[in-house]
Amino acid sequence: MAKKVRILVAKPGLDGHDRGAKVVARAFRDAGYEVIYTGLRQSAEQITTAAIQEDVDVVAMSLLSGAHATLMPRVIKMLKEQGAGDKLVIGGGVIPEEDIPELKAAGVAEVFTPGTPLKTIIEYVNSKF
Amino acid sequence: MFDKAKIEEIKKGVADYNSKWEAAKAKAAEKGRKLERSERFVTGSGAEVKQLYTPADIAELDYSTDIGNPGEFPFVRNVQANGYRGRLWTMRQYAGFSTAEESNKRYRYLIESGSTGLSCAFDLPTQIGYDSDDPISEGEVGKVGVAIDSLADMEILFEGIDLGKVSTSMTINAPASVLLAFYIAAAEKKGVSPEQLTGTIQNDILKEYAARGTYIFPPAPSMRLITDIFGFCAENVPQWNTISISGYHIREAGSTAAQEVAFTLADGIAYVQAAIDTGLDVDAFAGRLSFFFNAHNDLLEEAAKFRAARRIWARTMKDRFKAKSERSMMFRVHTQTGGSTLTAQQPDNNIIRVTIQTLAAILGGTNSLHTNSKDEALALPTEDSVRVALRTQQIVAFESGVAETVDPLAGSYYVESLTNQIEAEALEYIAKIDEMGGADVAVEQGYIQREIQDSAYEYQKQVESGERIVVGVNKFQIKEAPPEGLLKIDLSVGVNQAKKLKEMKEGRDNNAVQAKLEALREAAKGSANLMPYILDASRVYCTEGEICNVLRAEFGEYTPLQSI
Repeated sequence: MAKKVRILVAKPGLDGHDRGAKVVARAFRDAGYEVIYTGLRQSAEQITTAAIQEDVDVVAMSLLSGAHATLMPRVIKMLKEQGAGDKLVIGGGVIPEEDIPELKAAGVAEVFTPGTPLKTIIEYVNSKF
Repeated sequence: MFDKAKIEEIKKGVADYNSKWEAAKAKAAEKGRKLERSERFVTGSGAEVKQLYTPADIAELDYSTDIGNPGEFPFVRNVQANGYRGRLWTMRQYAGFSTAEESNKRYRYLIESGSTGLSCAFDLPTQIGYDSDDPISEGEVGKVGVAIDSLADMEILFEGIDLGKVSTSMTINAPASVLLAFYIAAAEKKGVSPEQLTGTIQNDILKEYAARGTYIFPPAPSMRLITDIFGFCAENVPQWNTISISGYHIREAGSTAAQEVAFTLADGIAYVQAAIDTGLDVDAFAGRLSFFFNAHNDLLEEAAKFRAARRIWARTMKDRFKAKSERSMMFRVHTQTGGSTLTAQQPDNNIIRVTIQTLAAILGGTNSLHTNSKDEALALPTEDSVRVALRTQQIVAFESGVAETVDPLAGSYYVESLTNQIEAEALEYIAKIDEMGGADVAVEQGYIQREIQDSAYEYQKQVESGERIVVGVNKFQIKEAPPEGLLKIDLSVGVNQAKKLKEMKEGRDNNAVQAKLEALREAAKGSANLMPYILDASRVYCTEGEICNVLRAEFGEYTPLQSI
């Protein structure tokens, strides 16, 4: 990698489960990425603003509350509206298989469900840069 | 527990045994063979495990003072003198989703299936003090639990259920006063007085900051709300467990077993100190404190964890806080099997994991238990998988034999060693947290969060490297079809709940609502116990969001320190 890829790890909505998000954030950091973690309870607006202000290349959203179908597409829509639709958006968490096509159609590039090795996630993002 | 000369003899025997083994290993190594399948043997939490445990490992242990009989100080063996021989543990399944109507149906189903207590799961807006029609609630209403906006919903939730008989546990923290007030008001309307009510509110804000995330207010006013509940319930709802000091979520966030004990008890110490500081007598409230633990897969380490926690708590209450009543010294605990141990891969295997965890909790002497359903790594559980989870408890209770005598693992060289080891590690953490100024300070400084995150990352790295095997995840994988028949909450739940809320607001006495909210606001500015004001507001159908917004305006909101 020529320049360090910047990644925003975000927790949209009210969900408090952040073990996965934090472990993924550390793994990206150890893999040489610049990692920004939003903390809990971020609105789509806050995530979009952070992604633009921090000039990140990747937005990684984690959700275990079941609100993914509402919140992930909303962030993507806002990113597009603010001219930041080129960022790679990925998602993870307790997300039923049957919901994934809908998320992908909305612009989530890839969805990583429970049990995914960290290596798989990092290799996926590596392959995009 | 053993004769000194005998211990010396045993130690000598162990030394011989070890040197023989070392020699055999060295000899095998010369031939390029290994006699052990692993470089290191560790517990589920990563603690070193020896090949052999003998009386020499627990030579210092004094049965009367360090263990004692069940029901006797320091309560290592059980807080109940006869264990499960009188009454089995409470089989309490955590449930709640969608609307009050839907959850009411599930509760009635659970009671008919043999559940002996209820446990309410609330959706995130309810847990964070927002009404269902708040914009921030969009997409979350009814998802991880039931949506409760006001007394009206609480009345529906318990329709047809005798609140004078059932014991109800509510997983509610930051707005615990509000949900407890709704429950008291709902009971009153059915003619059940507060003195008759039995149950528990989680009401544990410190672990919300540290691990679970449903905080609202900053620490100081949050501690006030908690001690207000202690005071109010001591006088008015005497059978209610006013707090469930929780290690469950600390463990789920990635801590080890010893950290779970340490951080939970450190939180407990902070609450006791806060209540004493407000002028309450320790024995007036300490008997109503209860705890909430996790049960993971390492059967013997987990069982030992409960025993260690009971010893630390008993001694802390007696020596540090000068409690006189034995009840104040009892670590009474509810347990839930470990959600984070469940795998999305080959979900049927989760039934086996839950069985081991159930055994761990029962061998550890839990007072009540929730067993997770096999599909919880995928979605909320279906009725069928909830039944299997409950049946797991019933099979352990009625067929396994482990509940027939009290604390059957006592005296095991390994289990007693583990108990000592967990106790020692936990005491070291507690001393460190004391030095920092207590659990509230340690959480504000992010210390506890960092310790948990380090353990979580360490664990994940072990799974990644294959050093730690998770069946079906990093070994023994198969090709699987996506699971079918998962429970799904429709988005219309949010729309309907908002509509119901609007109708309720139109039908209530809005002058009374404003008056009660103003009275609450005034009280919040001073130092009065807020519980009676919240109860008054609940009775006239003020919503949870309205009550919490008044408190938000007076107390402010918590902003966490971020670290990864």
